[in-house]
Amino acid sequence: MRPALTGVCMLLLTALCAGRAQATPTIQSWRTDSGARVMFVRTTALPIIDVRLTFDAGSARDGDHAGLATLTNGLLLEGTERMDAGEIAGRFEQYGARVSNDSARDMATVSVRSLAAADKLDPVVAHFADVLAHPSFPKAAVERVRKQMLVSLREDRQSPSALADRAFARAVFGDHPYASPPDGTVHSVRALERAEVVGFHDRYYVARNAVVAIVGDVTRDRAESIAARITGGLVGGKHAPALPPVKPLDNARTVRIPFDSAQTHVLMGEPSVSRSSPDYFPLYVANHVLGGNGLVSILSGQMREKRGLSYSTYSTVAPAAAGGRFEVGTQVRNAKLDEALDVLKGTIAEFHDDGPTAAQLKASKQNITGSFPLNLDSNRDLTGYIAMIGFYDLPLDYLATFRDRIEAVSERDATVALRRHVHPQRMVTVLVGPADVIGAKR
Amino acid sequence: MKRMLRTAATLLAVLLPTAAPAAWTVSETTLDNGLKVIVREDHRAPVVVSQVWYRVGSSYEQHGVTGISHVLEHMMFKGTKQHGPGEFSEIISRNGGRQNAFTGRDYTTYFEQLSADRLGIALELEADRMHNLLLDPEQFDRERQVVMEERRLRTVDKPVPTMIERFHAVAYPVSPYGHPVIGWVDDLKALNLDDLEAWYRTYYVPSNATLVVCGDVDPERVFSLARKYFGPIPAGEVPPSRGGSGLTAPGERRITVNDRRADVPFVVMGYGVPSGATAVSPDDVYALMVLATVLDGGQGARLAQSLVRDQGVAASAGAGYDPVSRLDDQFTLQATPAPGHDPAELERALRGEVARLQDATVSHDELQRAKNQLLADHLFGLDSTFYQAMQIGMLETTGIGWKTLRDYEPGVRGVTPGDIQRVARQYLTDARLTVGVLRPQPDANTTHTGTAGHGEGS
Repeated sequence: MRPALTGVCMLLLTALCAGRAQATPTIQSWRTDSGARVMFVRTTALPIIDVRLTFDAGSARDGDHAGLATLTNGLLLEGTERMDAGEIAGRFEQYGARVSNDSARDMATVSVRSLAAADKLDPVVAHFADVLAHPSFPKAAVERVRKQMLVSLREDRQSPSALADRAFARAVFGDHPYASPPDGTVHSVRALERAEVVGFHDRYYVARNAVVAIVGDVTRDRAESIAARITGGLVGGKHAPALPPVKPLDNARTVRIPFDSAQTHVLMGEPSVSRSSPDYFPLYVANHVLGGNGLVSILSGQMREKRGLSYSTYSTVAPAAAGGRFEVGTQVRNAKLDEALDVLKGTIAEFHDDGPTAAQLKASKQNITGSFPLNLDSNRDLTGYIAMIGFYDLPLDYLATFRDRIEAVSERDATVALRRHVHPQRMVTVLVGPADVIGAKR
Repeated sequence: MKRMLRTAATLLAVLLPTAAPAAWTVSETTLDNGLKVIVREDHRAPVVVSQVWYRVGSSYEQHGVTGISHVLEHMMFKGTKQHGPGEFSEIISRNGGRQNAFTGRDYTTYFEQLSADRLGIALELEADRMHNLLLDPEQFDRERQVVMEERRLRTVDKPVPTMIERFHAVAYPVSPYGHPVIGWVDDLKALNLDDLEAWYRTYYVPSNATLVVCGDVDPERVFSLARKYFGPIPAGEVPPSRGGSGLTAPGERRITVNDRRADVPFVVMGYGVPSGATAVSPDDVYALMVLATVLDGGQGARLAQSLVRDQGVAASAGAGYDPVSRLDDQFTLQATPAPGHDPAELERALRGEVARLQDATVSHDELQRAKNQLLADHLFGLDSTFYQAMQIGMLETTGIGWKTLRDYEPGVRGVTPGDIQRVARQYLTDARLTVGVLRPQPDANTTHTGTAGHGEGS
């Protein structure tokens, strides 16, 4: 036992020394014969591999069946013609592999992390490919996952932050598909039918609608054969059509949701830029100054450091395919809601009018560019990045040019982007708290 | 199918590579003033994580001052003679870094993540606030409010965390693990600056701290930076270790929390068990870890298979055992009922799984699968420099020691079916058990039964 262990140990040590990574990894990309796009980064320091399939099959594709994308995604690993859910999971677990799935508005993913040694990786890849190629959506599994979704929806009802998130998306996105909650509603989830799941899967879980991200200790040849294998069983199909663009708001609006809590949860914001917008970088930098840099940001300074009003106050620009959202969030004790709203509104309006100062802009750019290597220091981070780059069709040199694009943002760019995309006079405000505090009628 | 799996398992027993411990290249030294410095080299990316671990947390606190360790953590960002309030965060931010802190039962930890060539900036700032913190009354008043908001956010307005907080108070009738890390509200209100000052002077000394650095660094260079910045700080006295584990088997207890805000019931069962620091034999610790994985290693494990899929009583079910603590801990089972099922059914089903482990040994396949998962997960953990530093810091601060990482693989591999049955019979007993149940109030629109005690109303 011992000598064998030491042997592997030495190998691992050598690999760790040899595997010194550059600050910006090189992304390789190609298409499989089945039509899937592949994004690959080779890392050799650890004998592990991550494979993530991302389909354009999020809740934006739900149509009139809110929750359908999530239900379909949740059933991917729940049964094939030959294996039930326990056998599927057990076989991954025998090899120490971790498999997971997730579904949001744009993306639906299924991922596996495995040891990279061939005697583990080969059976894991074969199993993964088999499961993806032959999902059978067993009736019992459909009912079980449906019930889990219903329980999760009930749990949301006891969470003021979950209630706020759902209401915010509805109000910000209006009649756009992004308004539909990815988890559906109790009514919609109850009504979902197995045939709809099968139809959704046939339409969207197809090779041309997929991006395969691979990061780990395998050669390009190996990565090619892995990508070919796991997409080989998929139908070629078509890429999902482009979504309609998100529309700006016409008016300010306040949504009040009564909830018996000690704090009122506040979300304010509006539709914002898409992933591909030229204004994304300037707006990202401006937002970093306002509320994207933790305790150092203006909002946190005003709310927490100066007044002790909240534990957490932030702002974020969350870009998506068809347009994103700008969101300011906080939670305050009920007695201080009015003061907090004044501070938030005043701070946003002032920042909108004045824009960042030269010093603020410089400090934010230093933080963003300086900390960028921290975003790329693990295989897990890299997998997320290249999946995102592939999915949104961003340039392959996205990582390499990221810092330059941040550096290039001028004071004027940031101010123009702010004026163009942040509108203090026509935002959505969501308040979740006791009825008498938020001014809601019971 | 079954036959194929068994063959695969047998092969895996031989073929699974040695996991993380073998790759642990770690260097350590102790400065003259007692500060321990541990460096883990990881040259994958040009970055570094630096963590300062103090041996103090809620398990060092007595009733009356609960939450003080965590409040002090907040105050550590409020400035020193040299740097004004918030300046710490600004300097790290300008240098392209991230920083924050966290408090647990056994530790208070401050960390920075930076480009590897800027490590010195973090160490200089950490050394400064280890010894020169200024505690200002106005800052303190504001920060106490911030902590109250944090408590409302994390616990007060959430039915499950509220129930878990009370569950701990019952599950640890003597041990200081019964305190919430964030503190009880009355104690937070009563806390004063003198308390904080004394806490800081007692526990924030080099001999009570460990600096852990992980990343693209040379250990000798880290040692010399540590000597330069931390070296001049006076040693101070090693503070006394406080709090014992208390009763190991106090008798079965039960807490039922009725909460009208809750919509979904929840059940948790905790058995008092030894930790990596208190176990007489590490064999028991490894056996409990493997046992937890047999129950909840994934969707193929027993709880998902039995409670969620076969019986259909649970929407989700899990088990947990984390041995990295300095006092006796809890082995927990928890579950959320599927629609149409109630907490009593879940409790019966969970107790059934415990009895099954006590009555019969686990199969070879099942055991091997659990071990493969633990060893693979251990290797996967090497993907994160932050996690590696966390492991070292937690093991050191709980008194277990980072060197036990080297025993991890043989420890896991050595567990037999008999070991699992033995620890199940020894530790998963009624006398060690606490059951916690969260029940939604049946009549959600009436208030005559009162809310489930939100400590601080307005």
